[in-house]
Amino acid sequence: MRNCAMVDPKSHWQSQRFKSRLRRRNRFERQFRYLGIAAIALAGLSLSVLLVSVLANGLGATYRTEIALDIEFDPEILGIEVPGAGETAEITASADFRAVLRTSLMQRFPDAEGRSEVRELVALLSRGAAAELADRLVEDPALLGQRIEAWIPASDDVNFWLKSEAGDSGSNSRLSERQVAWIEALAADDRVARRFNGRFFSSGDSREPELAGIGGALIGSALTLLVTLAVSFPLGVAAAVYLEEFAPDNRWTRQLEININNLAAVPSIVFGLLGLAVFLGLFGMPRSAPVVGGLTLALMTLPVIIIASRASIAAVPFWIRESARGLGASPVQVVAHQVLPIAMPGIVTGTLLGLARAMGETAPLLMIGMVAFIVDVPTNFTDAASALPVQIFLWADSPERGFVEKVSGAILVLLALLGILNGAAILLRQKFEQHW
Amino acid sequence: MIDSSPATLPAADPPAAGNPLSRRGNRARRKLQRSVEAAIRLALLAASTVAVLVTIGILGSLIVETARFFELVSPGEFFFGLRWSPQIALRADQVGSSGAFGAVPLFAGTLLITAISILVAGPIGLLAAIYTAFYADRRTRAVVKPALEILAGVPTVVYGFFAALIVAPVIRDLGTRIGLDVASESALAAGLVMGIMIIPIISSLSDDAITTIPKALRDSSYALGATRSETIIRAILPAALPGLVAAFLLAISRAIGETMIVVMAAGLAANLTANPLEAVTTVTVQIVTLLTGDQEFDSAKTLAAFALGLTLFIVTLGLNVIALQVSRNAKLRHG
Repeated sequence: MRNCAMVDPKSHWQSQRFKSRLRRRNRFERQFRYLGIAAIALAGLSLSVLLVSVLANGLGATYRTEIALDIEFDPEILGIEVPGAGETAEITASADFRAVLRTSLMQRFPDAEGRSEVRELVALLSRGAAAELADRLVEDPALLGQRIEAWIPASDDVNFWLKSEAGDSGSNSRLSERQVAWIEALAADDRVARRFNGRFFSSGDSREPELAGIGGALIGSALTLLVTLAVSFPLGVAAAVYLEEFAPDNRWTRQLEININNLAAVPSIVFGLLGLAVFLGLFGMPRSAPVVGGLTLALMTLPVIIIASRASIAAVPFWIRESARGLGASPVQVVAHQVLPIAMPGIVTGTLLGLARAMGETAPLLMIGMVAFIVDVPTNFTDAASALPVQIFLWADSPERGFVEKVSGAILVLLALLGILNGAAILLRQKFEQHW
Repeated sequence: MIDSSPATLPAADPPAAGNPLSRRGNRARRKLQRSVEAAIRLALLAASTVAVLVTIGILGSLIVETARFFELVSPGEFFFGLRWSPQIALRADQVGSSGAFGAVPLFAGTLLITAISILVAGPIGLLAAIYTAFYADRRTRAVVKPALEILAGVPTVVYGFFAALIVAPVIRDLGTRIGLDVASESALAAGLVMGIMIIPIISSLSDDAITTIPKALRDSSYALGATRSETIIRAILPAALPGLVAAFLLAISRAIGETMIVVMAAGLAANLTANPLEAVTTVTVQIVTLLTGDQEFDSAKTLAAFALGLTLFIVTLGLNVIALQVSRNAKLRHG
C-alpha cells in the first residue's frame, strides 16, 4: 500500500528496519519450506536407492548361465543295464552321470589331456549338473541310449567371468586361461547362454549358488504362516470381541488393554527368546520346525490383530446393536449375527497386515533354530524348515559371490509377496469401507 | 458397551399362541441357549487373557534364566563390567570364571547406533511430517504418505542386506578416499540404515501429534501476522511437544530392539568406543550370536543371552510406558 496517500511515510511498518525484518522473515519461511522438501526428497531417495539396488541385482537371480552339450545317455558309461524289449530301465543311484558329462565335454574338446586338464574342463559345469541329468532320465527313461542336445548349468565362476568379461577379465577371475579359451569357443558356437532358471523357485538351499533355490524357504514360510494364522486369528478376534462387547469397565479390563498395547511394542527378538524358553525348553517341541516358528510369530501378531479388530468392532454403529436387541436378539446373537459380519472386512484387513509383518520377520525365527542349512523342501509342520527372510539372511551372510544375486532375487520375491498381502488388505478396506 | 445381562431380555423366538407344549419347548431351548452363551462368553474372556499369559510367559522365562545366569556371574559384573568376551568360556567347569560378561560395551554400542539412527530419522521424519501437514497440497500428500508406508513395510532383513552389502562398502570407500580408516562393519552404516527404517515411525507419530493441535491455535497465530514457519515453530510445535517426545521415545525403543540390521551390518567385537567409524556390537547382536551356535541350556553363554533379553525387555517396555503416559497427558490437556 505504498501509494496510499493517508500513510505517513515515517510510519513504523514502512520503516527500513521493519522492511528488512520482513524480508528476513520471508526468507526464513522459504528456507523452512525447502528444508521440508529436502527431508521428503531424502526419504524418497533412500527408498528408491533401496528398491533399485535390490531390483538391479535381483532380476538376474531368475537366470543362470547354461552350456549346450551333446549328451549321449550311453548305458555303458552310465553303468546301467540295458532293458529288454518292453521293460523300462532302472536308474540306480550308482549310475555315473558325471562320466556322461565328462565324455561329452572331452568329445567336444579333444585337446584336453591329462587328469588336471580334464578336471578343469569338468569344472566349467556346475556340480549339480549330474543330478539334473539324472532327473531328466528318470522323467523320460526312453532317453537311454539316445543322443540329445541339452542345456547344462555352468559353474558359478563361469557365470561371473561372463558378467565381468567387459571389464577386467584377468585379475578377478577364478578361471584359468585354458578354461577361458574353452568358454570362448563354446560362446562362438552360441552354446553359452543366460537362460530362465525355474529351479530358483522350486528347489531348496544349496552350497552352490547356481543350484540354490527358494522353494524350500517358500514352503517353510507358508507352513509357518498357516500356523500363525490358525492360532492368532481366532484368539485375536475373540479377545477383541470380549474387550469391545462384554468386558466390564473396571481395573482388570484397563490393565488388559494396557498390556496388549505394550505387547505390541515388545521387540520381536524377545518373542524369539520366549519361544526358545517355552516351546523348545519347556514343552520340548522340535527345533527349526514351522509349528514352533508359527506359534512364536502368532504370539507376536496377536496384539496387532486384537488392536485392529477392536477398532473395526468399535466402528460398528450403536444403533445396529440396539435394533438387534430390540428385536429380541441376545448379546451373543447380536455379536455373531450383526456386529462380526459388519466388522469382518476391517478385521481381515488388520489380520492381513499382521501376517505381512510376521512374514517379513526374521529375528524370532533365528532364536528357535530355523536358521540351519536345510536342503530338503519341508513337507509338514514338524520338518526342519527355513523361511524366506531367514534364507535371505543366510545367503547375505554367505561369502560366495554368486549368492548376492540370489539374495536380491529372494528379496524381490519376498517384497512381491508382501506387496500382494498389503495390496489385498488395502483393496479390501476400500471395497468394504462403510460410512454410517 | 452394551448391557451384558442376558436375563433381562427375552430370547428371540416369539411364543406360539395357544400351544402349551411349544411354550415349554421354548423355555428349555432358552435355558440351553443361556448356558451356551455363558460358555461362549467364558471362552471369549479366556482368549483375552492370552495376552496377559504371553506377558507372564516372557517375564517368567526371562527372569528364571536370568536368575540362573546371576548365580554364575554377579549382576555387578554384568551391568558395570567393561569387558565382554563370552567365547572364552569353553570348559564347563570354569564357565563363570573364565568368560568375561561385562555388558557395558554392548550397551554403549547399542546407544551409539541408536543415536546415529535418531540423528538421521529425527530431523527427516519431523520435517517430513511438518511439510505434509502444513505445506503439501493434497496430491503431494497422496504420494508422500504411501511412500513412507512402503518404507515402514520393508522387512528388516532387507534393510540389513542394504546396510551390509550396499551402504557399508560405499561408506568404507568414501572413508578411504578422504583418508579415514573405516571398519567394514562400521556403526555408521548400521545407524544410517536403521535411521531410514525409523523415518516412517517418527513421521507418522509426529503427524498425529501435530494434527491433533486445535485449528484455532494455528488460525490465531496467522491472524497475528505470523508466517507459517513462525506459527509452526512458536505455536504448534510447543503445543505438540508431548506427542513429539512420545514419538521419539517410541522410535528410540524401536531402534534399541531392532535386530536384523545390526546382526547383518554391525560387528561382533565388543569395542567400547564412541567413534561411529569403528565396529561396535549391540545387545541384540549378542543375543543372536550367543543363541544360534550349538547350545547347551546351562552354560553361562546361553543364559547371558536371556539376561540381555530381560534388560532389553525392561528398557523398551519402560520407554513405551513413559511414551504412552506422556501422550495421554497431552491428550487430556488438548481434549
